[in-house]
Amino acid sequence: MEDPRGGDQQPQLPSPSLWPVGFAVGIVCLLVGLVISWWVAALGAALALIFGFLWARDVATRGPSAPGATEVTADGAPEPSTGERFPRNKFLEGATLGLGAVIGGIVTLPVLGFAIMPSFLKQKYHKVDVGPLSDFEEGQWKVVTFIRDPEQGEISRRTAFIRNNGPLNGVPDVTVLSNRCAHVGCPVQPGGPVFEKQEKTIKTDNGDVLITPVLPAAGFICPCHGGTYDQEGVRIAGPPVRGLDRYEFEVVHGRLILGDLYSVVNVEGTGKTAKIEKVELHGPGQHADGAESWLYPLQPPH
Amino acid sequence: MATTTKPSRSQTLAKTAMYPLDWLEERSGLVGGVKYFLFRKVPGDTSWWHTLGSATLTAFLVQLVTGVILAMYYKPDVNSAHESVEHITHDVWGGWLVRGMHRWGASVFIILMFMHMGRVFLFGAYKYPRELNWIVGVLILATGLFEGLTGYLLPFDQTAYWATVVAININGTAPFVGPWLASVLRGGAEIGPDTLARFYSIHMLLVPGALIGLIGLHLYLVVRLGVTSPPWSKEAADREPDPEPPPPRSGMVQPAPRAAGVRRRPSE
Repeated sequence: MEDPRGGDQQPQLPSPSLWPVGFAVGIVCLLVGLVISWWVAALGAALALIFGFLWARDVATRGPSAPGATEVTADGAPEPSTGERFPRNKFLEGATLGLGAVIGGIVTLPVLGFAIMPSFLKQKYHKVDVGPLSDFEEGQWKVVTFIRDPEQGEISRRTAFIRNNGPLNGVPDVTVLSNRCAHVGCPVQPGGPVFEKQEKTIKTDNGDVLITPVLPAAGFICPCHGGTYDQEGVRIAGPPVRGLDRYEFEVVHGRLILGDLYSVVNVEGTGKTAKIEKVELHGPGQHADGAESWLYPLQPPH
Repeated sequence: MATTTKPSRSQTLAKTAMYPLDWLEERSGLVGGVKYFLFRKVPGDTSWWHTLGSATLTAFLVQLVTGVILAMYYKPDVNSAHESVEHITHDVWGGWLVRGMHRWGASVFIILMFMHMGRVFLFGAYKYPRELNWIVGVLILATGLFEGLTGYLLPFDQTAYWATVVAININGTAPFVGPWLASVLRGGAEIGPDTLARFYSIHMLLVPGALIGLIGLHLYLVVRLGVTSPPWSKEAADREPDPEPPPPRSGMVQPAPRAAGVRRRPSE
């Protein structure tokens, strides 16, 4: 490329002119007139038209003024030689890069943390009251849907399959299975009739709890990919990598309260005498036992 | 440049008409740049197959425009998202059309990306010196698919919700980072209000920004490296080797003489 300061490459500055000022005044008059009154607007429009025309004619006829242009280029400093590097050059370069990195970090880190950290903090859900235990007849399965976090509302509505196993050593025992399939998280359905006409609504502090009797004679079956579980939530067929998750529970003043979720590796026996091998809650599709569970050594807070 | 003879009327008129363009060109070089982009040399035997890339770009621009307008009516809130989509489809003037363009255009964009990729593969256009552009293209494909994933949740009906549940859980099965990745995508341990807002922001701000940058880089490399001749091109096969080596360009790898199939500009 040619030296931009010489030859034909001179910048083509327009010659000084007062017409643009008049044009600008006209535009201002026009805009103010639109608010105040029509004749001010008309005056502004006329001014803008006249001065605009004069300006355009000026530009078109006089063209760029070559002599005026040289003024700007006359004071060109000599090119610094590129080969030499002074310590100050290096210092300034390093300082610029370093300062830029510090500023970038100061801005980026909090924003990144803002985007990611809330996913891992304050994940504790409230305990959910699903009504008096007397609503759960012994040995009868119920489909129970409840709001897990009243702040979030309906979006946090979850479903559990609950069976009252009757008291064990004087303490009530309940099986509470999550309906989240351990394959990829579709909602598992009971393998048998759901008695929708007997649906019951219970008002609690968390909102409405819906309780429907059900007879899952064939266990629980996932409609997505055919994962099948028995009545203890143990996988018996299909792609799931483990059994159904369960809710912790307690009975307070005769009411059944659901707590946190946990994952289940194995269940031996049935009902209240079942021995349940608990582990920390795993996501669907994540192995909780065997060599494959080494792939998921750390779980985020739930 | 200053001439003493008075210019004719038509010359003055032409000059006045061209003045804004000249003004722009002198201050930005944009006119020359656009001319260079539009009138650059391409191989003589390019075919319709070479239009798949610009078709994909057009599909992306359609998504961009329709998406921006849809954002004027869409409400990314769990209680009103689905209602607002229904409102767009049934009540807002032209909403069914614009939403339909965005919905079906998404599929068109993805399909065209794959067809363009197939063309580049079958023509061997990914070879030296265009490997980097293949890589950029793959990144565009991945971010484009991510647009599909995040956009799918936004209608917030049963299909959208459960498809997203499954998609996030599949991400959750990635070794080691999976459970954490799923939590980041959900914005918490469970899908909730934050998930929808997060997907909306990712879908309409974060990923489109990345896509625009990547597409810019992709186009820059296309212009810089030129368009590949088709494999059946006689022109490229029969070409005489250059009598003189191409002029050195400092700091850049020399393109191999036969690799490009780009006609050298006569000035070089």
